[in-house]
Amino acid sequence: MSQQTFFDKIWQAHEIEVADDGQSLMWVDRHFVHEGSFHAFNKLTARSLPVSHPELTFGVADHYVPTRSRSLGDLPLKSQNMIQMLSTNAHEHGIRLFDLHDSRQGIVHVVGPELGLTLPGTFIVCGDSHTSTHGGLGALAFGIGASEVAHVLATQTLWQTKPKQMRITIDGELAEGVTAKDIALHWIGLLGADSARGHAIEYAGSTVSALTIEGRLTLCNLSIEAGGRCGMVAPDEKTLNYLTGKAFAPREDDFIQAGQHWLGLVTDAQATFDREVHINAADIGPTVTWGVSPEEAISVNSPIPDPSHAAHSAKAKQWASSLDYMGLTAGQSLQDVLIDRVFIGSCTNARLEDLRSAAQVLQGRKCVIPGIVSPGSSSVKALAEAEGLDSIFINAGLEWHEAGCSMCVGMNGDLIGPGERCASSTNRNFKGRQGPGARTHLMSPAMVAAAAVTGRITDFRQLPQVDAIQEAAL
Amino acid sequence: MKALTTVTGLVAPMDRSNVDTDMIIPKQFLKSIKRSGFGPNLFDQLRYLDEGQPGQDSSQRPLNPDFPLNQARFAGASILLSRANFGCGSSREHAPWALEDYGFRVVIASSFADIFYNNCFKNGVLPIVVDDGQIERWFKRLDAQVGFTLTVDLPNQQVIDADGNSVAFEVNDFRKHCLVNGLDDIGLTLLEADKIKQYELTHAQQHPWVFGQIK
Repeated sequence: MSQQTFFDKIWQAHEIEVADDGQSLMWVDRHFVHEGSFHAFNKLTARSLPVSHPELTFGVADHYVPTRSRSLGDLPLKSQNMIQMLSTNAHEHGIRLFDLHDSRQGIVHVVGPELGLTLPGTFIVCGDSHTSTHGGLGALAFGIGASEVAHVLATQTLWQTKPKQMRITIDGELAEGVTAKDIALHWIGLLGADSARGHAIEYAGSTVSALTIEGRLTLCNLSIEAGGRCGMVAPDEKTLNYLTGKAFAPREDDFIQAGQHWLGLVTDAQATFDREVHINAADIGPTVTWGVSPEEAISVNSPIPDPSHAAHSAKAKQWASSLDYMGLTAGQSLQDVLIDRVFIGSCTNARLEDLRSAAQVLQGRKCVIPGIVSPGSSSVKALAEAEGLDSIFINAGLEWHEAGCSMCVGMNGDLIGPGERCASSTNRNFKGRQGPGARTHLMSPAMVAAAAVTGRITDFRQLPQVDAIQEAAL
Repeated sequence: MKALTTVTGLVAPMDRSNVDTDMIIPKQFLKSIKRSGFGPNLFDQLRYLDEGQPGQDSSQRPLNPDFPLNQARFAGASILLSRANFGCGSSREHAPWALEDYGFRVVIASSFADIFYNNCFKNGVLPIVVDDGQIERWFKRLDAQVGFTLTVDLPNQQVIDADGNSVAFEVNDFRKHCLVNGLDDIGLTLLEADKIKQYELTHAQQHPWVFGQIK
């Protein structure tokens, strides 16, 4: 048999048929729906079609949910309707729903993995572009549009053209404090926002193997920001350990059988990729975006780029436009940039590990600017509170919220004011993403925490020790 | 879905790369329970000088005079010309809905984000990929010539200018068939029910854990 990539193996296992034009009809193992799915349900209703496999679809309320409280009354009527429609559709079609008052509620791409709904070797789709997150557990997962959501609901299948394949191999040891978020922003900054367009990405190498599962989920989450169809990390013993005992993961003999299968989902030694990229972990430092695309990212210790040094005129024009919107100057030090508020949350960086890293920076320190911490799920929130992380955030001066997408996309009303600058642990820094006229700088949770205590973009590794601060105060 | 075969229309420019879906249709307009009426809010942040809200009468809002869609020479355009990575960002299908509702049936760019590209075909909008050099030539023509039009012939996969010069483009046969005939692929897939059922039985035998704990 010819040598296959890990992606090939999963794709082939889900291919029902291949049409004459090369499109594959793919079986979907897990389908997640959120509040934005009502158009798809309406399409089914209009055609009097049932949901084909309601037991394989899972509803999660996340995009529009209030995070300042669990009261729907805190939301505008239209947002309340979005949440209620999800509930109605789930109930009518027999779909399991993790709603506002369910202890398992959270951001769909946090909930899926932590409940063991996300399994290696499965094919997962959701009407959300950051579905690539689930690839961190060795699943083939990507976002789809409303019409495709309707197609999956009606048939449990999807027509897809097999993408090209790209392997990003990262080797070596990361410097202290450098995270999966930095890896992602680094390579997207290096290669560009459409460098992986039309490709399934496999992340490989010693650096990736060393990442925790949470780190791998973050890395895969950001694949879409370079145009990747999906991002994946082959399952290993860490994956199995993570899934052991998860609510919806297989158990006992089933788990042993599944585990043996999962560990076989690796790229064969002689398998080839359409594109190979090699990155040295030593080249990666804490990375921050300066512009309005995730590709406009640089090391925290670098000056802001000069459009006159851009590779071509279109890029120069783009950089100039970004600088103008962001209110920055070419050559300016990134660490001179003042921040107005911070946000720690999102499907990218709101897992327990992320909250711990931010809390570690904030422990014993005070924030000089306001901000919000929104855990990735109600479960993460409970675990963080059990560890006392909530007290650290609150004592430092940040707001401790409920779980939801919150200020990442601002659909629930958590917005940044026009012209305000936010240090954010999220995934997109597009114009107006966090509110009309809002300026977003993407970075890791620890870097966000450092910005909160200094009021500017700061390399958190250079913060004075807490005991030194306390001595100075005396 | 509205069928599309041949479109002859005025071309409007969106001269930038990485046009994201937040830019195409901002988040505040996603709460509408209808699939129509998004046209007035297409490129809302760029098109108007104020912050748009759902339900607002856009005809009363202050326009940005520098934005091409607000210029008389591009009124009634049905073909949008842009650059690389058009439609990047979120998977919101409201992006092609807004383009179609405005009157754009075709978007031409040097590349498209994958999800957006797929979404277009489901909603009667044809995304056409041509090389950077051709995009640049058309931008120059568009800049120099008021009333620059193109004809898009989907059955023959050609874009033809007023002088008869043609550029070929690629499109998947199944997508083309659906778009030319205004077909929805759910109905076509349901014809494959037996194959799907057979696959499901085999899959459940080979990978029982996929179905186990969720029952």
